[in-house]
Amino acid sequence: MTPISEMVGANRAVQGNGIVHPVGDASASPAQERALRRRLIERALDALRTPVAAPTLFK
Amino acid sequence: MSETPVRVVLYLNQFFGQVGGEEAAGIGPRLVAEPVGPGRALVPLLGADGALVGTVVCGDNYFAEQPEQAAAEILALVRQAAPTLFLAGPAFDAGRYGQACGALCQAVTRELGIPAVTGMHEENPGVELYHRDGYVVRTGASAREMAAALGAMLRLGRKLLAGEPLGRPETEGYFPRGQVVLEMAEHTAARRAVDMLLAKLAGAPFQSEIRLPKFPTTPAPPPVPDLSRAVVALVTDGGLVPKGNPDQVEPRAATKFGVYPIGAADTLDAAQYDVTHSGYDNTSVRQDPNRLVPVDVARELEREGRIGRLHDHFISTTGVGTPLDRGRQLGRDIAAHLKGAGVEAVILTST
Repeated sequence: MTPISEMVGANRAVQGNGIVHPVGDASASPAQERALRRRLIERALDALRTPVAAPTLFK
Repeated sequence: MSETPVRVVLYLNQFFGQVGGEEAAGIGPRLVAEPVGPGRALVPLLGADGALVGTVVCGDNYFAEQPEQAAAEILALVRQAAPTLFLAGPAFDAGRYGQACGALCQAVTRELGIPAVTGMHEENPGVELYHRDGYVVRTGASAREMAAALGAMLRLGRKLLAGEPLGRPETEGYFPRGQVVLEMAEHTAARRAVDMLLAKLAGAPFQSEIRLPKFPTTPAPPPVPDLSRAVVALVTDGGLVPKGNPDQVEPRAATKFGVYPIGAADTLDAAQYDVTHSGYDNTSVRQDPNRLVPVDVARELEREGRIGRLHDHFISTTGVGTPLDRGRQLGRDIAAHLKGAGVEAVILTST
């Protein structure tokens, strides 16, 4: 729910894959799901490495 | 409407009580019979149906350094004068004075059962602390407005004493206390909303009926200099807890967070976890907790050297129906805990 995270001022955000499994995907195969989770966490690491001046959504 | 003349006791600090400046900030409380400082402006405002029956003067530092002791001493002096209304300040933007005024109004109403009113500028720290429980009249920053401030305080005090219903805070001149009061409106909500929208589109002023909370910005921390050497922790507000919820983290409006060991595990085992958060369908997460707290991927990244170390505990709380100030407090406490454990970065997953 990144519009909310931006409103409350969270400086670094990554859009998750849905409310019920932010870093998962119940409709994908285990391998695809693991790959998705890896991509999202790597995006989070990118965010941690990046200077930001204001709430930023990392895509 | 009350016919009995109101008996007012006024509280002043050392400066307004005309004892001295900062050098006198340590003086203890004393009860003065004759009107002094702002009290002299209050007397004509009281007119024939009121009397300033006493003024308590106390040093700002004396109060700030031992608030409970000072309040007890001041209450005893106030009792001696037997007032029916207590006025404190106004403190304008003086912080120590504002806190003393706010605390004393609260104590007087609680212990003596009489109404109490103070006045402050909106940036006075006393406003944030006392505007909800007490009556804090909004003043400017400067003592040039003393007469107007006293007038507003006295008017409000008289209404409280007479038990008259109060109008809106903006009308009566005090900081809103966060209370919701029912009002009859002339027009339906649909009409009022459209009127507001039309005004907004025309660039005309309008008054929102709902006050949106203000979210202070947090300056973004600088990036992690070297993730391959950093300790990274996983935190979640999705309410993942060990089976049985041993810490009894609440299903909503959480008052606490749990700290749960990961050890050297390279995944979270579904059989060992529950979800306490009552605000989302937790089927997926219960099938595979890594879908919420991604230990499996984090461990993989650690093994590859992409992060220095995965912190050996994850932190979990429930993020639904959490009052904003409680959320902020939980955030501060979690941050303090993690900093103390040497964590340098957090991935927070949210449902």
